Order: sequence, then structure tokens, then C-alpha cells
Amino acid sequence: MKGWMGKVRALFWLSILSIVLSGCGKENLSAFLPKGYGAQVSLDIIFISLAVMVFVFIVVMIIYTFVLVKFRQKKGQEDFVPKQTEGNKALEVVWTVIPILLLIIIAVPTIAATYDLADESDKADSLNISVTGNQYWWHFNYGEEEIQTSQDMYIPVGEKVYLNMMSSDVLHSFWVPSISGKMDTNPENENTMYIEALEEGVYWGKCAELCGPSHSLMDFKIVAVSPEEYQQWVEDMQNVDLEATPETASAQEGQAIFENSCLGCHAIGSSPTAVGPNLTNFGDRTKLAGVEDLTHENVVNWILNPEKMKPGNKMTGNYTVPSEEEAEKIADYLLQLKPSDVTPETASSNN
Amino acid sequence: MSHEDILNPKVMPEEPEKATLEGKNKFLGFWFFLGGETVLFASLFGTYLALKNSNNGGPTSEELFGLELVFIMTMLLLTSSLTSVYAMYHMKNNEFKKMQIWLGITVLLGLTFLGLEIYEFYEYIVHDGFTFRSSAFGSAFYTLVGFHGGHVLFGLLWIITLMARNAKRGLNLYNAPKFYIASLYWHFIDVVWVFIFTVVYLMGVI
Amino acid sequence: MSTTIAQNKGFGATLWDYLTTVDHKKIAILYLIGGGFFFLLGGLEAMAIRIQLIKPENDFVSAGFYNELLTMHGTTMIFLAAMPLIFALLNAVVPLQIGARDVAFPFLNSLGFWLFLFGGILLNCSWFLGGAPDAGWTAYAPLSTTQPGHGVDFYVLGLQISGAGTLMGGINFLVTIVNMRAPGMTYMRMPLFTWTAFVTSALILFAFPALTVGLFLMMFDRLFGSGFFDANMGGNSVIWEHLFWIFGHPEVYILILPAFGVFSDVFSTFSKKRLFGYTAMVFATVLIGFLGFMVWAHHMFTVGLGPAANSIFAVATMAIAVPTGIKIFNWLFTLWGGNIKINSAMLWSLAFIPSFTIGGMTGVMLAAAAADYQFHDTYFVVAHFHYVIVGGVVFGIFAGLHYWWPKMFGKILDETLGKITFWTFFIGFHLTFFIQHFLGLMGMPRRYWVYLTDQGLNTGNLISTIGAFFMAIGAIVFLYNVIITSIKGEKVGGDPWDGRTLEWSIPSPPPHYNFKQLPLVRGLDPLWIEKTEGRKGMTPAEPVGDIHMPNPTILPFVMSFGLFIAGFGFIYQVDDASWLSAVFIGMGICLGAMFVRSVKDDHGHHIHKEDLDKGDGL
Repeated sequence: MKGWMGKVRALFWLSILSIVLSGCGKENLSAFLPKGYGAQVSLDIIFISLAVMVFVFIVVMIIYTFVLVKFRQKKGQEDFVPKQTEGNKALEVVWTVIPILLLIIIAVPTIAATYDLADESDKADSLNISVTGNQYWWHFNYGEEEIQTSQDMYIPVGEKVYLNMMSSDVLHSFWVPSISGKMDTNPENENTMYIEALEEGVYWGKCAELCGPSHSLMDFKIVAVSPEEYQQWVEDMQNVDLEATPETASAQEGQAIFENSCLGCHAIGSSPTAVGPNLTNFGDRTKLAGVEDLTHENVVNWILNPEKMKPGNKMTGNYTVPSEEEAEKIADYLLQLKPSDVTPETASSNN
Repeated sequence: MSHEDILNPKVMPEEPEKATLEGKNKFLGFWFFLGGETVLFASLFGTYLALKNSNNGGPTSEELFGLELVFIMTMLLLTSSLTSVYAMYHMKNNEFKKMQIWLGITVLLGLTFLGLEIYEFYEYIVHDGFTFRSSAFGSAFYTLVGFHGGHVLFGLLWIITLMARNAKRGLNLYNAPKFYIASLYWHFIDVVWVFIFTVVYLMGVI
Repeated sequence: MSTTIAQNKGFGATLWDYLTTVDHKKIAILYLIGGGFFFLLGGLEAMAIRIQLIKPENDFVSAGFYNELLTMHGTTMIFLAAMPLIFALLNAVVPLQIGARDVAFPFLNSLGFWLFLFGGILLNCSWFLGGAPDAGWTAYAPLSTTQPGHGVDFYVLGLQISGAGTLMGGINFLVTIVNMRAPGMTYMRMPLFTWTAFVTSALILFAFPALTVGLFLMMFDRLFGSGFFDANMGGNSVIWEHLFWIFGHPEVYILILPAFGVFSDVFSTFSKKRLFGYTAMVFATVLIGFLGFMVWAHHMFTVGLGPAANSIFAVATMAIAVPTGIKIFNWLFTLWGGNIKINSAMLWSLAFIPSFTIGGMTGVMLAAAAADYQFHDTYFVVAHFHYVIVGGVVFGIFAGLHYWWPKMFGKILDETLGKITFWTFFIGFHLTFFIQHFLGLMGMPRRYWVYLTDQGLNTGNLISTIGAFFMAIGAIVFLYNVIITSIKGEKVGGDPWDGRTLEWSIPSPPPHYNFKQLPLVRGLDPLWIEKTEGRKGMTPAEPVGDIHMPNPTILPFVMSFGLFIAGFGFIYQVDDASWLSAVFIGMGICLGAMFVRSVKDDHGHHIHKEDLDKGDGL
């Protein structure tokens, strides 16, 4: 008896220890540290249901422990035959009715929250962004503002932003745990959900529906900035000078190569081309391809062999691989594409 | 009493299909099987209803379907259900010959139905260019109606096999349940067709 | 495992015996071997997954191979391990518990097994033929319909074949339980394991056809150019999700209900008490089965069905907690006041209560739609369903195997090894999965090949992988236990546990015909009633007479083999039309065997009274 109770206890403490060690997860990623309205609402429901359920668990475990301690076979009593009870009406009613009451405690706020998170009453007056999930990147189209961008979504803090989501290929799911719960992007119908960031910051987003080999590398960000900075960003993005000549010679050559070879798939500016990610503000991206550091070396490596960074991506095999020299120049060109002073750093530093 | 004698009693019991344990098991098991088949067709109907307007620029159900041919097919199948009831009636009276005759009529009606269905599909494919691959609606239509057609074909083969196998030796307690569940299957096919007629054709035209 | 008879007969004869057997007890052994093999295979895939996730940005396996591993792990464990192992227990025990000499459809029973086996083999052939399926065990369209290669085709055909087998098994047990109960064995006297077998079979009957249709549609889309799930042709990928979960959710109850039955019998036997609240337990089982069909869309809260549908399915799902809670408390009160003897079977059953309660708790949490927006498709869900499926079903299978092993093989599994298995597996299980609840909410979606270094997910994943190794050790010790017991274990009598139900009233392993005379059942726990009244065994309900038994047949094997060949034909005819010949040959073999079955009379054989009196009917 002692032996196995001891083992259970050890197991319990080991689990507690492991939780403490890992904390609640990383800020701006973990659903335990909500920074958005949806995440806050979901976490409230999580805690309400958890509290009720832990209560039930404790009741079960008290009876369980008592039964095992009290009624375990004693030495010399192997042949003892206990009373054969058939049941007990009163008890059975109790453990039918009480769980129903407990479930009502969970169900009522759940339904309220479910309707709250599906509210679309002020959609027309709010910022609307069309989100497209692609293997393995995200595209964001600010229809009214005529801005197209990929991978980093800029939103004003403290405002409801409506996301109208579809997929261009297979199912994906749009999930920024610290901002809101997730919503699938389907190829045949548009799903709408709203998000509202409560603090400025750069929030990690992930794809949460298996979509192929690079499913785990389909990260993106929400960049929440102050409404003023957001306005500034919108203006900067609208006024991108497509003809601007880069400063360095290398970047200029890179621009020429890019315009010849890459524009068919990758747009710069508000062109609706979205075969591949829009690269208008590539130099300001938080990450390369969602997960890699945005360094010159990584960009060159990506251009030369995207398959190594993202297995199964749609660029591999669909373009003429440039020489290393050309790739260096393209990278030089892309990395200086910084149309706005409002960048992910702005969002992080204000926080 | 040997097993043969048990299966060939002098006086046939009132319900020969359920006179043995094997017969009872077959009878009940087949009803359960039809329960599963109901879910199968319900899933197909659900899929069809979800996709019936997804014609993807191709012909719509209003343009395609006419009721005349389908009405004749419905009548054929309904009548065949009735004739299989007569067959079972004669089975219970231990009149093997009459049972065979009525089953034969059932098979003929079923074959005509199947022929008309093939003709109907042929018209759609050749004249209207409406195929399994033209749209999600096309896929759903041919799958639902085709699954039913497949059931009809299987039912016909089954009844013909039973008739041929037992033509010489007549009815006994071993094959009575077999005839009986084959007729149950035939009724089921008929009921499914009534739903197809209503959901696919009537609702498709209106 | 082989009996003395088998050794006397020689290998070839034994093999032929098992290939042609229609005896439910031998089919149980076949299911056990088949399911056990696939369980080890699925476990191997699980270990590869956990090793890949032992550290961030690991490259133990490639991204594409990882998706194959996770798909095959899920598919194998559900369809090819858990289901057949449950069927092993059903076959071994249910006819004995209701006092039947056989099942209603011995031929179908055998056909069901061979279909499962050939379906499973077909599915696993994909490993050697260009890659396994890689769209997840749920195979969501359009990923599954657009994946290049033949992996998903193997998934579709393999599951179609093995699913047909399962459906037959379901019908067989329904009819067996309705029609073949011994005299006096009313419905409300059936042991709870038989009740759960009954409800599970009904669920199989009504759930599997939805999967059948889904698989057909997917097969047509992939192999014959239809457009059910193709948005460009007007199709709709959400239809697959509905069909899959209309099957998939009841499937969870198909697995867990028989486990509930095992625990009910084990608790009752080893606390020497009748089951507390038997009527309520039966009622709860039926209610769980019924509600199981009303809740499928809780797997689809994030699909965009709208708040009304989400709320309805949320509340319906929560409602299932009530009958489940009833069961938990009835088990606790079965133990209450009992004389509790703790052995391996009991350890698994006792461990089930806290483990499954945690799984049930997280189940209710997941049912809360607004909270599920965070949980969905993360490691929280992975943790939840492993708590339910491992903590419920696998614990139940282990408990059932320890409990009924002496009935199946005449020997008790080694207790010391049993306890070692239990503790390593139990500790490993909680170590692996408890932390995953937190990983999910910390931002780790499921089916992730890698996680990034600096996201606070490293420790949790490391702990989880360590736990997985403990589970693997436990499983290996169990395998060793099975081997050592079959070599060295001592023979035991028919009733080693002081049992309460009919299966313990006959020798271990039971004779071919189970009951020489059908027993007369006089109440719940019939053997216990006779014992308390001072009798040693059951009172017979009939005089000794000839026993009618079915003949062995190779046809089920042949039919399944035909479908196996046709499966390859269907898969490869897209590449080369000459493969259509394989379809015709395979279907020809299958239909030919059906034809033979149909026209050839098979009246079975009789075991004569004189032989029975001599003590063997073989």
C-alpha cells in the first residue's frame, strides 16, 4: 500500500515541478498570458470549467482513497464475503443531479462567450482584413486600404479587427494564442472572426490544421501598434514608390533580376498577385519564411534552396535557381525594402 | 432424426424462415444490416443535398431531369416489390413453383428497371454532357443513384442464384430464410428508390 | 500460447486449423495476435514521434516522413490495434458470458477477422511502396485528396476493407446477444461486459457506414476524378469532416464502452461484491451510446459552423459527462464495503479511475466551445484523447487480458511481471501526457514536426519523451510476460478468481462447444448465486445431447485475400490501366468465394452425445 501511494505522490510532485519549471510559456505566444480580447474570454471559460472539474476530481479522489485504504483485503480475511448491495436510490440521484447542476454552471457562460466571440454587428464599421492561408504562408489583404502584405499582419491596438478568412489550397487554421482562439480557413467558404489586441506587441501566430510537411513552419505574426502608428503604416504602405532606386549598386542589380524573374509570383506594392508572398516590406519582416532569422545569409540560402528550410513548399521547382552571386544581389535588394518607419520593433519597444 | 430430416419436415411450419435458430439469426441479422444500410444511404443523401446546387456551370437538375421515365421506373420497382410479397406468400404456403414464378416476375421487373436506368445515364452522358466528373453535383448524383443501381444489380444476381440453386430440390428450412432475406433486401431497395424519386427527381424538377 | 493439442498436430495442421477456424475462441486468439502486432507497430511509430520531439528543431526524421508516422500511428492504433484487441475480448468472453455454444454467425465472424487483417496489411504495404499516408488519421480533405503519391489511397482502401470486417463483427455480436442467451439469461441479468458489447456493436452498426461512404467519396475523388471535396468543382471539404466525425465520435465510445465493461466485471469480482447500481450502469451505457451520435460537431468548433451549432453541440457534449459520472461513482461504490484484492487486473482497473476522470474533465473543458477555440488541434487535445484512449481503453485491454488470460489459455499471467508492466506503463503514461495539456496552451499545435528553440516548449517535450520510454519498457515487459507464461506458467482450473459470471463455470480453456449442457441462469452473477447456495457449478437447463457446430472453412480467408488483391488494382489503375485486371481478378476471387458459399450447402456437424460423455468433442 505504502509503496504505491508513494509512487503516486512522487509522480504528482514530478508533474508539478515540471509545470513550475516551464512556467506558463513564452510571453506573446502562450494562451495562458492573454493579450487580446478573444484569448481573455477563452481563458476565463477555461478557468471556470477547470475549477468545476477540479472540484469533481477532488471529490472522486477522496472517495477513491478512502475506499482503497479502508476496504483493502486484510491478512486472514481472504474468504470474507461482504454484503452484496444492489444500489442506493438516494445516492444515485445525488450523483446524477449534482453533475447536471455543475454542467449548467459551465454551459451558461460558455454559450454567452461563444455568441460573444461570433458577434459581427459592427463588422461594416471596422477594419476588415482578408486572410488567405497558403502552403505554407499567410497573405493579408487590407481591401479598403488597398494594401497587400504577407506574413506580418499590422493592426491597431484596442480596436476590433475583422478577419475574413479563406484558403487557397488545403485547410489551415489561423491561431495567435495570446490574441484569440483559432479559426479554420476553408477553400470553399469564408469564415469571419474578430480579434482585438489589448496591448502593443508582436504576437506569434501558428497554423493549427495539418496542411503538409511544413505545417509546423507556417508561423506568422500579428504586429499590434498604436492607432496613430497604424495610420502612419497604412500611409507608408499606400505610398510605396515602386520605381525607387536602391542605394547600393548590388541592390540595384538585384532589383533588375527580381523584376525579370520573381515578379510573376511575388508582388511588391498593392498588386493582387499572390502566388507567393507579397514582399513590399520584406526588410521589416520579423522572420524569414516565418521561422528563420532575417539575415542576409539566410535569404541567400532560401533563394538557392528553399526546400531545405521549408520542405514541400511551392517555390521549389517552380523557378530558375539563380547563381549564388545573383542570389546575393536579390537578397541585398529585398532586405532594403523598408517602406515604413513603423516596424515590429516599434510595437515591441512601446510595450 | 438427422439434420436433413430436421430441415425437411413433412409439414412446413407457419414461418419457415424463422423455424430454425440459423433462420432466426439470419432474419434478425439482416434487419440489423438494413439498419446499417439506412445510415449508408442517409450519408449519401446528405452529401447529395449539400452538393445538389454545385453544378459548377454545368447543367442543373431542372435542365436535366424529366419525370416521365423516372415515373415508369418507380412503377416498375414498386410493382416488383409487390410481386416479391406474393412470392413470400407462396413460400409460407409451401408452394415452391408459384414462389419461383413470382420471383421470376420480380427479376424481370428489376431487370427492366436497371435497363431504363442505364438508358437514362446514357442520355445524360452522351446528350447532355453531364458526367460523374463534370461537377460536384454530377459526382453526388451518380454516386447516390449509382449506389442504388448497384444494390439493384446485386439483388437481382442474388435472387437469380437462389432460384437456380434451389430449382430442383424445392423449399426447405435451410433455404427458406435465404429466400426471405433476399426479398427483405428487395423491399429495402424499393424504399430507397422512393426516397431517390422524391429527393432527387421531384425536388430536382420543382 | 499454443495449446497442447496444437503441439501434437504439427505446425502445418495448426496453421490450417487457424486459417479455417470459425470457433470464436480461436478467432479471439487471432484477433489478439493481429491486434497485438499492430499495437507494437503503432508503438514503434509513437516512439519515433517522441524521439523527433525530444529537442527543439530536431532532424531525427524528415518533415514528410514525420507526417507519415503521425498518420500511421493514429490510424494503426485506432483501427488496427484498439479495435481488434477489443474484438479479441468480445470473442473470447461474450458467448461464454451469455451461456452460448457459439456466435450467431461463425462464418461472418471469421470473415470479419480476415478482412481486418488484410485491410491492415494493405495499409501497411504503403511503407514499402512509395510512402505511407500522410494526411493525418482524420485525412481531412483537400489535403488528403491532393496529396501526391499513393499513400492516402492505401489509407482509403485499407480502411474500407478492415471497416467492412468490423461492421460484420458488430452485426454478429448484436444477433448473438439477442438470440443466443442461455435459458434464464434475461437482458437485465447479462454481465456488464456483455451489455457494453451489445451497445458497442449497435454503435458499430450505425457509425461505420458513415465512414464507408466517406471513404468511397474520397476514393472517387482521388482515383476516379469526382469532385466531392474539390472546391474548384463546386465540392465542399467540410462534408468529409462531417462524415468522418459522424463515424469518428461514436468510434471513441465503441472503444471505451467494452473497457467500461471490463472494469465493471473486474471491480465486482475482486471486491467480492455485486456491481453497485447495475440498472443505472446499464442505463448509463445505453445513454452514452445514444448521446455519442449527437455530438460529432464538437470536433469541428473552429470550422465556422456558427455560434448556434457550436452551442448546441457544446451542451450535448457536456451532457455525456452525466452518465459517465454515474458510472465512476457506481464503480467507487462497488468497491465500497468490499473485500478488495489487488492484483494486476485490479491495478489496471484502479489506475483507470483517476486517469479516466482526468480525461473526462478535459473532455468537458473541450466541450466548452469558446474555450475549445484555444484547445482545438493543440497538444491539449492530444493529451485529452490519450488520457481517454490509453487511460481508458488500453488500461481496459490490459485489465481484461490479465483477467481473462486464464480463461483463454488456462494459465495466469505472471503477477510480478504484471506489476512491473503496470508501474512502468502507468508512470510513463502520466509523464508523457500530463505535461502535454500545458504544452498545448503554451502554443504547441498538434502534428508539429518541429518546435522552435526559444518558445518555452523544450522541458515539457523532454519530459514527455522520457515518459514514452517508460511506456515502451512496460509494453516490452508485458510481451515477455506472455512468452514466459506460455512456456513456464502453471495450469489453473476453470475458476481461478472465484468468479461470478458464467464463463468461470466451465473449464479453462473451454472445450470447442463451450457448454456441454446449457446452464440455467437464475439471476445476475449466476455462478455466484449457485456458489452462495452451496453448489459447485451451474444447474444444467437441458439433458446431455448431440451438439450442432459449424464446419471450418477457408472461404473467409479467400474472400479477404481477393479484396486485398483488388485493393492494389484500384490503387494502381490510375497509373496504368492494366492494373484493372487486378481489380477483376481480386473481385472475381471474392465474388467467386461468395458464390461458392451461397450454393454449397453447409449444415455443420454434430458432436455426439457418446463423445461428449467421453470428455472430448473434438
